[in-house]
Amino acid sequence: MPFTPPKESYNGKIFELGLGSGEKAVAIGGENVLSFHGFEGSTPRKPVIALEVQDIVPDDWPQTVRDVYKDVYGDPVAWALHCQDKLGAQAVALRLAGTHPDKGDISAEQSAATVKKVLEAIKVPLIVLGSNHAEKDTAVLVKAAEVAKGFNCAIGKAQEANYKTIAAAAMANDLKLVAMSELDINLSKQLNILITQMGFDREKLITDPMCSALSYGLEYTYSVMERIKLAALAQNDPVLQPPMLADVGMYVWKVKETQAPESDLPEWGGLAQRGIAWEAVTASSFLVSGAELLIMRHPAAVEAVKKFIAEMEV
Amino acid sequence: MALTGVEIFKLLPKTNCKKCGQPTCLAFAMKLAQRQASLDQCPDVSEEAKQKLGEASAPPIRPVTLGAGARAVKMGEETVLFRHEKKFVNPCAFAVKIEDTLSEADAAKKLDEVLSSEIDRVGQKLRIDAVFLSNDSGDAAKLEALAKLAAQKAPEVPVIISTKNPDAAGAALAHFNGKNAVLYGADSGNLAGMAEKAKAAKAALGIAAGNLDELSDLTEKAKGLGIEDMVIDSGARKAGEILRDNTYIRRAALKKGFKPVGFPVINFAEREDQMLETLVAGLAVEKYGSIVVLGSASKWKDLALFSLRQNIYTDPQVPMQVQQKIYKIGEPGPKSPFLITTNFSLTYFIVSGEIENCKVPCRLAVMDSEGLSVLTAWAAGKFTASKISQFITESGIEGELEQKELIIPGYVAILSGAIEDKLPGWKITVGPREANGLPAFLKARA
Repeated sequence: MPFTPPKESYNGKIFELGLGSGEKAVAIGGENVLSFHGFEGSTPRKPVIALEVQDIVPDDWPQTVRDVYKDVYGDPVAWALHCQDKLGAQAVALRLAGTHPDKGDISAEQSAATVKKVLEAIKVPLIVLGSNHAEKDTAVLVKAAEVAKGFNCAIGKAQEANYKTIAAAAMANDLKLVAMSELDINLSKQLNILITQMGFDREKLITDPMCSALSYGLEYTYSVMERIKLAALAQNDPVLQPPMLADVGMYVWKVKETQAPESDLPEWGGLAQRGIAWEAVTASSFLVSGAELLIMRHPAAVEAVKKFIAEMEV
Repeated sequence: MALTGVEIFKLLPKTNCKKCGQPTCLAFAMKLAQRQASLDQCPDVSEEAKQKLGEASAPPIRPVTLGAGARAVKMGEETVLFRHEKKFVNPCAFAVKIEDTLSEADAAKKLDEVLSSEIDRVGQKLRIDAVFLSNDSGDAAKLEALAKLAAQKAPEVPVIISTKNPDAAGAALAHFNGKNAVLYGADSGNLAGMAEKAKAAKAALGIAAGNLDELSDLTEKAKGLGIEDMVIDSGARKAGEILRDNTYIRRAALKKGFKPVGFPVINFAEREDQMLETLVAGLAVEKYGSIVVLGSASKWKDLALFSLRQNIYTDPQVPMQVQQKIYKIGEPGPKSPFLITTNFSLTYFIVSGEIENCKVPCRLAVMDSEGLSVLTAWAAGKFTASKISQFITESGIEGELEQKELIIPGYVAILSGAIEDKLPGWKITVGPREANGLPAFLKARA
């Protein structure tokens, strides 16, 4: 009996968004079908994975990840170059964790100088992230946006509490903007509307529906992403057509499964592989549910996800 | 696929006799379409109508049970493509492949890995569900020896026998009579023989096709041979093929009512690269696999996959809950901080994770709030001063503490006075609003 493939076609399409410039520039999005559904539509771009770099020595990362970067800590330029040159990163995400009031309270001016140095050193695209302190991020990202002008970076994250200033800074300096809201399709939609109402071009937005880790709310992010993607494609809702980000590393590398040694929990198996698997499974799940851009920490997890992406090509 | 009321009406006698209790046949048809009435309420219905309506009311993906007894796994019966629409029904089974080319010692080791794979996670027992005994040798005697070993060593574990040889299948299946095994490997060359062996052992038949056309053809032919329970493989092996074929199969079964693929799907994730195998298996968990075959079991891989399956198969409408009790984090002494929160599993995980990370030993009281988070539970009246004080009093925790002090979430600071009134002698301290404020808060107290 012949099988007629029940293909789905949609009216909507995800915006294609470019980051960086020159040879190492990348682009994400552009598809008119669900993730990896090239068998029934067009998926012109592969997902992009950025490796995370911080402006300070990250004392809250577990040893298994810290070991990977032990020679480049404390020097964001060397760290970013290590990611680009030694680890083959497609993009770098510089998280200005040290600007958080509890983590050193580095000034906006000083962190902007760091951003500038990193930008001048690397060729791959840069994503500049604040410390997720809504108030401090406003000051930090405004200064960072000024030095990032002309580099086609993304900055973020703009949230409900601080989007006005950050979106204005991104607009003034012609940058892409990550807009994050908390695990709810309607909140994502509302924030994207508020930002575009300021005159911000929605084709320069990246939606971050808020990430989570395997076993720690993964299903929420997973389903919010699927709902956003379906709304963008099937309902052709332009507000939800920006590509999506999953900021995986910061959620994964703080959970118990990536920290507890095998000696404490023998039934969980070896810590090194368990941690890598935790990040890789979280990341690949969000690629399946709809993310086009990932931020990750462990290069071995990135390798696994890249192999997975390659196998998803039919 | 379900019929509409009008389609059902056409099959009814149209006498409006009211014997079914409805005023007209059309009204009865509407009730049937909504599954609020059953066809046997109509005394005059024709055999033809019974058959058509019976077929239409069968679930679009046939339920098939793998194994028997306490470890039996139900498969199929899925109703949606996306988990936000409705809960995914039957969590997929993980099966570890054991080749009959292995030595007895190596095969026994793999069986041990399966048997010892069980872990307890948020109150659920999770494990590798089944073994996939593979006739890689092509030798019937070797497959039977492996089947015998599995039947002796792991008699409770559900079994999938994989071979292309009906005679080898018959001998191996004989060790699992009445145990709802699956016989996998039926193709265009051996279908009749395989179907016969499966029927004899009351096993489900696993169709091994090369593509979706062939798959549909084989299931129809198997049905013609009297086989009802099947699991199906379209031949997809690469991750992208698995996504494509599983998506087509699920859509065809649910949206087109295409019966030839209305069966649980078996997917193969075995890879040399263990990390890649984990990710491919994860894809099968997310995208419609009912049996996921792995090359091996290992503790870290099992934990990641069990957790993913648990996440994907949770009911999106019902929050996951943890058991109400006082959890010890680290090794708390009589002076260690004592905190309270609600039993939404995510709340518990995040709060306990932050406490663990800051390495300050604590006692954490987790109160049953029907799975709601702190603020929602408070708003819904599930996390109130009287309920908190009752829980604390009944827990008898007092005796373990040097100082009777309870730290409550910052979001319910408003409750502190009322709890103090109801818990005489206790000091109520307001903690941070968000869990990520706990490390700074606890370290400052230490």
